[in-house]
Parts: sequence; C-alpha cells; structure tokens
Amino acid sequence: MESGIFFSDYRSDMALRRMPLQKVRTGLLLVGLVVFPFLATPYWLNLANQIAIATIGAIGLNILVGYTGQISLGQGAFMAVGAYGSGLLTVRLDVPFYFSIPAAALITAVAGLVVGLPSLRLKGLYLAVATLAAQQIVEFVVTHWDGLTGGTEALVVPAPELFGARMNTDGRFYWILVVVALAVALFAANLFRSRVGRAWVAIRDQDIAASAIGVNVFGYKLLAFATSSFLVGLSGALLAHYRSIVTWERFTIEVSISYLAMIIIGGLGTISGSFFGASLIVLLPAMINTLGRSLQDTAPWAATVLPYVQQGVFGLVIILFLVLEPEGLAKLWRNVKDYFRVWPFSY
Amino acid sequence: MGSDVFLQLTVSGLSNGMVYALVAVGFVVIFKASDVINFAQGEFLLFGAYLAFAFIAQFGLPWSLGVLATLLTAAMIGLIVERLVLRPLIGEPVISMIMVTIGLSSLLRAVVNGIWGVRPKAFPNFIPSGEVEFLGAIVGIDRLLVIAIAAILLTVLTLFFRHTRDGIAMRAIADDQQAALSMGISIKRVLAVAWAMAAITAAVAGIMLANTVGVSHDIIFIGLRVFPVVILGGLDSVPGAIVGGGVIGLLESYTAGYTTSGLELIVPYIVLILVLMVRPYGLFGKEIIERV
Repeated sequence: MESGIFFSDYRSDMALRRMPLQKVRTGLLLVGLVVFPFLATPYWLNLANQIAIATIGAIGLNILVGYTGQISLGQGAFMAVGAYGSGLLTVRLDVPFYFSIPAAALITAVAGLVVGLPSLRLKGLYLAVATLAAQQIVEFVVTHWDGLTGGTEALVVPAPELFGARMNTDGRFYWILVVVALAVALFAANLFRSRVGRAWVAIRDQDIAASAIGVNVFGYKLLAFATSSFLVGLSGALLAHYRSIVTWERFTIEVSISYLAMIIIGGLGTISGSFFGASLIVLLPAMINTLGRSLQDTAPWAATVLPYVQQGVFGLVIILFLVLEPEGLAKLWRNVKDYFRVWPFSY
Repeated sequence: MGSDVFLQLTVSGLSNGMVYALVAVGFVVIFKASDVINFAQGEFLLFGAYLAFAFIAQFGLPWSLGVLATLLTAAMIGLIVERLVLRPLIGEPVISMIMVTIGLSSLLRAVVNGIWGVRPKAFPNFIPSGEVEFLGAIVGIDRLLVIAIAAILLTVLTLFFRHTRDGIAMRAIADDQQAALSMGISIKRVLAVAWAMAAITAAVAGIMLANTVGVSHDIIFIGLRVFPVVILGGLDSVPGAIVGGGVIGLLESYTAGYTTSGLELIVPYIVLILVLMVRPYGLFGKEIIERV
C-alpha cells in the first residue's frame, strides 16, 4: 500500500510508469504477452491478432476523435488505403512487406491530409458528414477502379517473409503484431505528453481559446489527421498481410462505425481505452458465436438468429455505455485500480 | 435520347426525390428541436416498410387500417426511443449523440432482421401500378402518386410549422432554447413530438418505397442518402429538405440515365462536399456555422 508519492528528481517524476504498482502491472502485461502464444489455441491466437490490429487502428482514431475532437466516419476508407497500398506494392512491385507497410501508412497519411482539409472550415457535425462523404467516395473508387485495385475481385497478397521464415501462421504473425502494437501504444502515450499532444487537447476542449494562446489550430488539426491516418493505414496494411487477402467488404462504413464504437466503449482519449474497446468489439461477436453454437443442440433455431443477435448486442452495448458510463471501460478500470490502491482502507 | 426519356427520368427522379425529402424532413425536425443528427433515420424507414408489410400482408388488414396501424406503431417507437435513449443524453457532446443514434440504428436493424429476415418480400400493391401517357412519355402511375402524396404531406408539414402550437414551439426552441424555456415551452414535449413526427414521416416514406421498389433490406441505404439532401437544403430547413430531396433525386436519375459507370452512387456525395466547401449551411439553412 502507498501512502504518498514523493519524487526527488525530474527523471522519476516524468517517467511513464511512476508507481511501483504500475511497474508491476506493466511487467505482468509484458510477461503475459510473451507467454500467451505458447499456451493459447489457434482460435485464441487469431482473436489476439485481430485485437492487436484493431488496437492500432483504434489508437489512430482516438488521436483524431478522442484527443483532437474531430469526428471521423472515414476510418474504413483510411484502412482501405493502407491495405490496398501495401497489398499492391507487394503484389505489383515486389516490395518486401517491411517496406511496403510503412510506405502504405505514409500514403494513408497523405490521404488523411486531403480529407482533413475541410476541417479548415468545418467542425463537429459538418466535419463528420464530410468524412462520411469521403468514405463513400473511397469505397466507390476502390470498387470501380478495376485497373488498380481489381475492383470487386479480391486482391491476394502473398504471406510475408521475415528472416527466411514465412509469416503465414497466427503464431508467427502474433510477434509482428504485438511488437508493432506496443510500439504504437508507447509512441502515442509519449506523443500525448508532448507539445503536440497538449495542443490537440487544447483544440478539443476549446478551439478559440487554443488559438488565443498561440496554437496554430488548422496546422495541428491537419497534423492530427495525418498522424491518425498514418496509424490507421498501418493497421489496414497489417490486416492485408495478416489475412493475405484484401477485399473492399472489409472497409465499408460499418468498419468506421465499429471503430468509433471501440473508442467510445473503451473511453475517448485514453490509450488503455483503445485496447479495451478493441478487445470488447472483437471478442463480443466471437463469444456470442460460441454461445450460439453451444445452444445448437437444445435450440436449433439459435444459429439462424445469431447474426441479428450480434448486431443487436453491438447496438445495445453502445447505447448502454453512452447512457450509463460515458467515459467507458477505461473509467471502469480506473475505478477498480483506485479501489485496490488503498485497499482495505478504501475511504 | 428524346424528350420522352428525359421526362421519364424526371418523373422517376422526382418520385425518388420526394421519398428522400420525406425522410429528410424527419431528420430536419429532430435536428431543429434538439441539434441531434439521427443516423437511425434509415432504420425508421425500414421499420415503416416492414410494419406495413406485417399489418397488410401478414395480418390481412385492409390497407387503410393497415397504414393507420403502421403510422401509430411508428409514432410509438419514436416516442419510446426518445424517452429511453435520447433524453438521458441531453447536453452531451456531439460525438455521443452521433454514436447513440448509430447504436440505435444497429439495434433497430437487428430487430427488423430478427423478426422478418433479410430476404426481400412481395408487397401487395394498393397503389395502382399501371402506366399512363403523361406529356408524351410513358410513366408509372405509382410514381406519379408517390409525388402527389409526398407533396400533400410536405405541404401539411410546412403548414404545421407555420400555424400550430407545437410547430411554433419547435421553431422557438430551434431559434433560442433558453428564451423558449422561459416562455413556458416544454422541451420534453417538443422533443417527443419531434421524434414521433420523424418516425411517422419515415414510415410514410417506407410504405411508398415498399409499393414502388418492394420491401427489402436495401431500403436502409436510403438513410445514408439523406445526408447529401439535408446538407444541400440546410440542416434546419424544411423547405430546404424538400428542394434538396428533389435536386438529389433528379441528379441521381439523370446521371443513371445518361452515363453508364454507376456514377449516380457518388454524385450526391460529391455535391455534399462541394456544398460543404462553398456554403456549409446549405441553400436555406440558418447561417450560424462557426468559422474555425
């Protein structure tokens, strides 16, 4: 139990993990991540990989929505740019994936800058509608530009190779995803403590006040769009190589919505929230699926209503979180931590 | 391509446009009363179509009773949604409002699909479906009737906003919420009326769609078409929704008729972006948008 926090030098005061308990938790998390693939079944590995990709995308979206306060319905479009970018670079130009993925993320960042341009004049609802239009237009381009993307046909991406090993199993791809996801989380955590991150928060909280204290509002908004799209494109590109197949159905407006749901349910403007939300949105349909299959013998009709149950629960979870706990899972987690920090003297 | 083709395209474009306008009016009413953008408008439409299908085709009610029952049920759903979902969120940030209606749309869609499945249903036409010669072109009667019904309904709505107590209260709240409150207008009542009206107009549009294109899941995509319509017309303007609906409907129809590339799918969104860049408050909206 702690009775107070005293730091005697700036280094320990500025550290990302300051308290002993935090260090213990981080250590446990890292050990867990290393041990996990040796214990998990392929089913759980697959889910873990999906969560890792979703976490990267959700952190990206959180930069834009949670930290800078710019609502985007174009997540699916950005992921499509990343996925097709990296896929096409690999298939057409034989670029190895460790070059094509960052390149695709950069391309997406540029696309993000273009979509961010209307934020010069628009905010709130209007910007959300503008990104909705961008989503529809990108979807149209992807499905109709047959010469580049293959239109509605799937683009097959060969399994990536690293150090002579083919990364074609969940167990092998897990390591790539975990390293990238941790790096992204660390980058974001430090970014939000920097000048740039604080400028974004200032814009979110009160843009006029932000410009009054000398924040270049438009410049930082564009930077938020670019950084966010870079990470979202990264997650799209990873998805392309992980699935080794790219189809436009994976990048529709539904995807934008489920990513928004992740950060809302997880908690806007928190990195742990991005992870919690991504986990919940990935695990929820899987759990309902398992439940439905276990009911198959007693209630054969369960299988037919399964997709609707998934969809209904998805909507219900969003509504319940917004009405009952608008700060999301991150807040719940914080409550748990606060409770146990001074346990058993919690008053 | 003669003038008869042009006329046919105009009629079908206008009839689609009027359906858009009806959906858009519901959208505008909610936005005026509460500054909420309702992403579930397409699902209200879907609900309307399937309710009409249930009452008329499944329960065998005569169509007049069936339509009445549909409208009443739709209004009930609107009221329930407002009371349970929207009212606890009054005063929350924009993103919460957007997300809660998105969650709602997912929930409503699941309910509709769970009850009626996703396969298209045949709907017994109660609007006569023959064809007539109209100014030298052959057009469907149902299309013309859709235009007529929508025109009547939209006129009634415009009159409602001009002359009835609730209509004026709604405009007062849209204009200045605090002033309206201090004049004794009940925001709760107005919000409830707004959601009920949005559900009813969407149900009417749903019934008309069921009649012209059939009852199917694809109706939902019309919900997304509403955005270009309301942005073009102005988010808070009923006449704007009507004009916007007509313009977008015609534009789609002409692009579909005179080009072959499927461009009609994105032309509305291109218009949307252009409008946002040049005149974000739309043709008839109030110029309150903040410059950033």
